[in-house]
Amino acid sequence: MIGGDWSWERAYEAIPLLWDGFKITLLATLLGFLIAAALGLVIAIIRETAPRLIATPVRAASEFVRLTPLVVQLLFAYSLLPQFSALQIGVTVLGIHYSSYMAEVYRGGIEAVPKGQWEAARALSLPPHRTWRAVILPQVIRSSLPALGNNAVSMFKDTPFLFTITVVELVSAAQQFGAAKFQYLEAITLAGLFFLLASYPTSVFIRRLEKRLAY
Amino acid sequence: MIKFDKVVKRYGNHVVLDSLDFTVGRGEKVTLIGPSGSGKTTILRLLMTLETISDGVIWVEGDPLTHEKRNGKLVPAREKHLRTVRKKIGMVFQQFNLFPNMSVMENITEAPIHVLGKTADEARARARDLLDVVGLADKADAHPSQLSGGQQQRVAIARCCAMDPQVMLLDEVTSALDPELVDDVLEVLRNIAKTTDITMLIVTHEMRFAKDVSDRVLMFDAGKIVEEGPPDQIFTDPRNERTKAFLKAVL
Amino acid sequence: MDRNLDALVDALPRIWEGIVVTLELTLGGALLAFVFALLLGTVVRVRNIAIRGAARVLIEVFRGTSLLVQIFFFFYVLPLLGYRLEPMFCGILALGLNYGAYGAEVVRGALNSVPQPQVEAAIALNFGAWQRLHRVVFPQAWAMMVPSMTNLLVHLLKGTAVASYITLQDLTAGIVDLRRSTGDTLFSFGIGLLIYLVLAYLLTLAMNVVETRAKHKLGRGPSLKEVLSFRPDDVKVSEGVHP
Repeated sequence: MIGGDWSWERAYEAIPLLWDGFKITLLATLLGFLIAAALGLVIAIIRETAPRLIATPVRAASEFVRLTPLVVQLLFAYSLLPQFSALQIGVTVLGIHYSSYMAEVYRGGIEAVPKGQWEAARALSLPPHRTWRAVILPQVIRSSLPALGNNAVSMFKDTPFLFTITVVELVSAAQQFGAAKFQYLEAITLAGLFFLLASYPTSVFIRRLEKRLAY
Repeated sequence: MIKFDKVVKRYGNHVVLDSLDFTVGRGEKVTLIGPSGSGKTTILRLLMTLETISDGVIWVEGDPLTHEKRNGKLVPAREKHLRTVRKKIGMVFQQFNLFPNMSVMENITEAPIHVLGKTADEARARARDLLDVVGLADKADAHPSQLSGGQQQRVAIARCCAMDPQVMLLDEVTSALDPELVDDVLEVLRNIAKTTDITMLIVTHEMRFAKDVSDRVLMFDAGKIVEEGPPDQIFTDPRNERTKAFLKAVL
Repeated sequence: MDRNLDALVDALPRIWEGIVVTLELTLGGALLAFVFALLLGTVVRVRNIAIRGAARVLIEVFRGTSLLVQIFFFFYVLPLLGYRLEPMFCGILALGLNYGAYGAEVVRGALNSVPQPQVEAAIALNFGAWQRLHRVVFPQAWAMMVPSMTNLLVHLLKGTAVASYITLQDLTAGIVDLRRSTGDTLFSFGIGLLIYLVLAYLLTLAMNVVETRAKHKLGRGPSLKEVLSFRPDDVKVSEGVHP
C-alpha cells in the first residue's frame, strides 16, 4: 500500500528543494497581489467615474480576463513576450488576472457605501476627488479587506499554474524531485502540506478579521 | 431669498411637486408639515441639489440654483455652477450621515479646509467653538461609532454650521432618534434659530418645536401647499380640512 | 491571414476534440463536485462532533491544498495503489473534490441562511430531520446557492486548462498546437481565449436558467417562459416579491 512506499529519508531530502520552490511561490503571490490590488482599484474607479467611452471597454477587458483560464493567459503572454523572464511574466499575468476579481470586490464595496455618505459629501460641496479620497475609498478599502485577503489566498493556491511557463515554484519543484527519484509520493504530499499549513491559518485569520472590522 | 418658480418634480409617471410656487425670506424660519409623500422632503432635496428638477426654476438670493444664465437665457446648470451656488446651503440629514472613517473633529473640518480653503488651524478653532455650542466639546477626537444618535446628530449640525451656510435645511433630523435623545438636539436647533439669522427650512413631526421656532408654517399635501400662516394660527386654528385632519392625527 | 485561416481550418477537428475533452472534464468534474458539495455541506452541519469534524477536515484539506497538487497526487501517486488510473478519471476526481470542497461551503452557508422561523415551523409541524431538510430548508437554500455555484462552475472550467499536463488533449493543448502550426501567437491564443469565453457564457446561461426556475418555484420571480418572452411589461406584472 501507499504506507509501505513512503520513505522518510526521501521526504527529508525533498524539503530544501521544496522550500526553495515555496519561496518563489510566496514571492509570486506577494508581487501578484500588489499588482492585482492596485490595478483592481484603478479599474473599479474607472468603471464608476469615467465616461462610458472609456469605462465600457475597460469593463469588457476586465471581464474577458476574468472569464478565461489563467493558464491560457500565461502561455499566451509567455509566447508573445520572450524578452521577459518567466517569473516576470508569471507575476504580471497573475496580477492582471486577479485584478479583475479585485475590481469586482471593490465594486461591491463601493455599492455598499450608504447613499447618505454621498449625499452628505454633496451637501458639504466636497469636490469629487476629495469625496473619493477622504470619504468613500477609506470605507471601501476597509470593508474590502477580508475579500482581498481571500483573493490573496486564492492567488497563492493558483501560483502552481506558473509551472506551465517554467517557473520553478513549489509544485514544479516537487514534480522535478519526484521525477528524479522515480517516486512522487513524498514530494507531492509535502507540497500539499506546505499549502495547507500556509493557507488554512490565513483563512481563519481573515475570518476573524472580518468580524472585527465591522464599524 | 429662496424662490420656487413653477417647480415640477416627477419620478417617472409620478408627479411629486406640481408647479409649486413659494418664497422664503432671508432669515425666515419656515416649517413644512404634511403626510409622507406630500413632497416636503423633495423640496429640501431639490434645494440641496440631491435631485434634479423636472421643470421650473429655483432661485436663491436672486441667482438661479438649478439653471445658469448663458447668453441671457436660462439653461440647466452644469456641475461647476451647482458647486458654487450650493455652498450657501447646508443640510442636516435624518440618518446623520457622519463619515465613519473620520473623527468628530475631522468630520467638521473636512469641508471648511477643502472647500472654503481655510487653514487647518482656523477650521479647528471654529470647530471647537461649534462643538461648545452643541455641547460636545470633549468629543472632538471621538469617532461617530462611539457616540449616541443624539450626539452624532449634534455633530452633524456642527458640521453643517462650520460651512457658514446662509440656508440650513433640516430633514426630519430627530425622527431616527430614541425619544430621550430628541430634546438635546432640538435645544441646539432652538438656540441656532433664536441667535442667528440663518434661513431655515425645517421638515419635522415635532410640532411643539415647530411652534417655538417658526415664523411660518406650510402645510403640504400631494405636492401642493394647502395652507400657510404663522404657527399660532395653523396649529390652533387651522382653516383647511386637510390641515385639520392631519393635525388631529398627529398632535 | 489566409495562411492562418487555412491552418485553423486544418486544426478544427483537433480543436473540436479538445473542446469535447474540456467539456467532459468540466461536466464530469461539476457533477462530482455537486454531489460532494451537497454531501459535505449538509454533513458538516450535524450535531455529532466526530462526523462534523471529519467533514470539516475533508473540506479544509481539499480547499487548502492547491488544485494542481491534487491533480498530480491522483496522477502520480494513486497508481501506487495498483490502479492504472485513466488521466480523465484523475482530472475529474481532482476537479470534483477540489471544487466540491468550495461548493460545500456555499451549501453550508445557504442552508444556514434559511430563516430560523422556517425551521421552527417545520419542527412545530412534527417534520423529521430529513423531511425538514428535504422539503423545507433545502428548496429555499437552493435558490441562494445557485449564483455562487455558477461562479465555481466557471472556475472549474478554467481549472481544466492544466489537463494537458496529465496527457489529456484538451482545448488548451489544441490551442498550443494551433500556435505551433501557424507561428502566430496572437491569432491562435486569441481564438482559444474566445472559445473559452463562449464556453463560460454558455455555462453561465445554463445556470441562469436554473436560477430563474429555482426562484420561481419559491414564488420569488418570473417563470422561465415570462423571462424569455419579449414583452417586458408582462414580466413586471407577474414578478413576485423580491428576495
